[in-house]
Amino acid sequence: MLSLENIINGIHTWLNNTFDPTLALTCEFVLLGITAIAIFAVLGLVLVLMERKVAAIMQIRKGPNRVGPFGMFQTVADTLKLIMKEGLTPDGADKVLFNLAPFIVMIAAMLLLAPIPFAKGVQMWDINIGVLFISAVSSISVIGILMAGWASNNKYSLLGAMRSGAQIVSYELSAGLSVITIVILTGSLQLSEIVNAQQNGWWIFKGHIPVLISFVTFIIAVTAETNRAPFDLAEAESELTAGFHTEYSGMKFALFFLAEYINIFIACAIGATLFLGGWMPFHIGNWEGFNAIMDYIPSSIWFVGKTFFLIFLMMWFRWTFPRLRVDQLLNLEWKYLLPISMLNLLVVTVMAIMGWYF
Amino acid sequence: MEIIKGVPLTSYILLCSMLFSIGVLGVLYRRNALVIFMCIELMLNSVNLLLVAFSRYYSDSNAQVFVFFIMAVAAAEVSVGLAILMMIYRNTKTTDIDALNKLKF
Amino acid sequence: MITQYLFYFLTFTAIFCALLVVFSKNPIYSALYLIVTFFATAGHYFLLNAQFLGAVHVIVYAGAIMVLFIYVIMMLNLNKEVEPHKSNIIKIAATVCGGILGLVLIAALRETELGEITEYSNNGIGLIEKLGNVLFGAYMVPFEISTVLFLSAMVGAVFLSKKNIH
Repeated sequence: MLSLENIINGIHTWLNNTFDPTLALTCEFVLLGITAIAIFAVLGLVLVLMERKVAAIMQIRKGPNRVGPFGMFQTVADTLKLIMKEGLTPDGADKVLFNLAPFIVMIAAMLLLAPIPFAKGVQMWDINIGVLFISAVSSISVIGILMAGWASNNKYSLLGAMRSGAQIVSYELSAGLSVITIVILTGSLQLSEIVNAQQNGWWIFKGHIPVLISFVTFIIAVTAETNRAPFDLAEAESELTAGFHTEYSGMKFALFFLAEYINIFIACAIGATLFLGGWMPFHIGNWEGFNAIMDYIPSSIWFVGKTFFLIFLMMWFRWTFPRLRVDQLLNLEWKYLLPISMLNLLVVTVMAIMGWYF
Repeated sequence: MEIIKGVPLTSYILLCSMLFSIGVLGVLYRRNALVIFMCIELMLNSVNLLLVAFSRYYSDSNAQVFVFFIMAVAAAEVSVGLAILMMIYRNTKTTDIDALNKLKF
Repeated sequence: MITQYLFYFLTFTAIFCALLVVFSKNPIYSALYLIVTFFATAGHYFLLNAQFLGAVHVIVYAGAIMVLFIYVIMMLNLNKEVEPHKSNIIKIAATVCGGILGLVLIAALRETELGEITEYSNNGIGLIEKLGNVLFGAYMVPFEISTVLFLSAMVGAVFLSKKNIH
């Protein structure tokens, strides 16, 4: 059967047979880099179009429909426009930091692609502390955002960056705590092992209500961490014009924009991996026939399907809930989500010790 | 992965002592309380690195647990210290440590 | 071979950026250079195969502590203009003191007897399984006391930053 794993193994063996090992390794690194950048670009294009289409469906209108069939090339046209625009640097700005900030945000988003299992046997770097790696790298992007806000020398940018920083730092806690519940249940930080542990059922089904609670907490926290509505205070248009990227234009703005969408994708991919089984097909107990049919669907399709379902959920939130105020936002985290996720962690620990899961 | 064969332990000791003395230099050199605080973090960091190097070269995981505790103490210290600094700034409108001479005899 | 090159690269980065932390005029630049130093240190941890500590180091220092620092610097709006200046005599004295301390440390530590490094095998010292066993075995009580430390730090920080407490 043609699967991603076979293709990758084929390339690996061909390279090792043709060249000597060092050169083959170098080639593989270059290929990986190109793949990462390609994933980046394609995801950006697809997600922006998807966002606009979903928004249009929610509001009963057509959305982009002029460029290409069903407006499919709208984002390509937008990207071309952004590339050709002049990248302005404001007069009072700190030139070095101003130009460095988008790249830091971008690199942080890019590094996060490494430990995610895209399909069976397709993972760039199966590091044994995968979950910790993700939370470590995702904390770097805060620095980029704060840098961008400070270097712009603009009140709105600074306020947006500070709001965004406070939001990300505080919501990281409950996201981390809900991730830890899965780590406790699996007994490993390695993402491939977490996926393998869900062979006989996804954690969201196996783990009863506590895992469901941590899934909901995770989705809320991740929505806040990626600065999406209803938590998009950092770039609240009506208050702060555009938040930390007010002063950015052209390609540098596009980098922030891209990084935001990649962060959404990665957050949803992690959610799908931890709670919805990653690339594991949907299995029901002993129904051999049903399970065989499910196995026939390629693992990459499962992964992409689950991830895009979660992304759709986040886009749905955006057009359903009104924006929160800053104090409501911080109250929600510190007074409700954090105590709930801590108690939930305790319950899950008891559950894991007693073995009260399927 | 075999760092042990390539780099002698002495290199790590030299690196850490240099980082530590740069931290001390910073504490003496600067007057901004925040930067002094950062230099203290740098000193803690150099000690951490030295502990990890020793633990790797002598195959002893106790040292790494100590590093873990040092990190915990550093995080707690920073949160309280920055709160104190904010209070000082609120009262004196400066972060210059030479302005804090009320207890001077 | 490549680990050696990495070691020297990371060492150079760490020391260079540490010097820039001390000597850059603008506090926000100091903070950013300190972040680079911390990343170089995290790289050293990964080279030493202490992956867990490397990740925790990035989370705690780069993710939490330095964000707090940058936050405070932004909030107080510190920049080059309000940066206090020391007189040149004190600066020279500080440099001499720091240099002498470094010199003495290096001279003293260069020739120390380091004992026998016997085990060359890669036995997973820094991996999370082994560390977890040590942390929740021999160091159980200190670990629990550190939670009390965090609680007291949290209460202290909240209390200090409250405005009018009588």
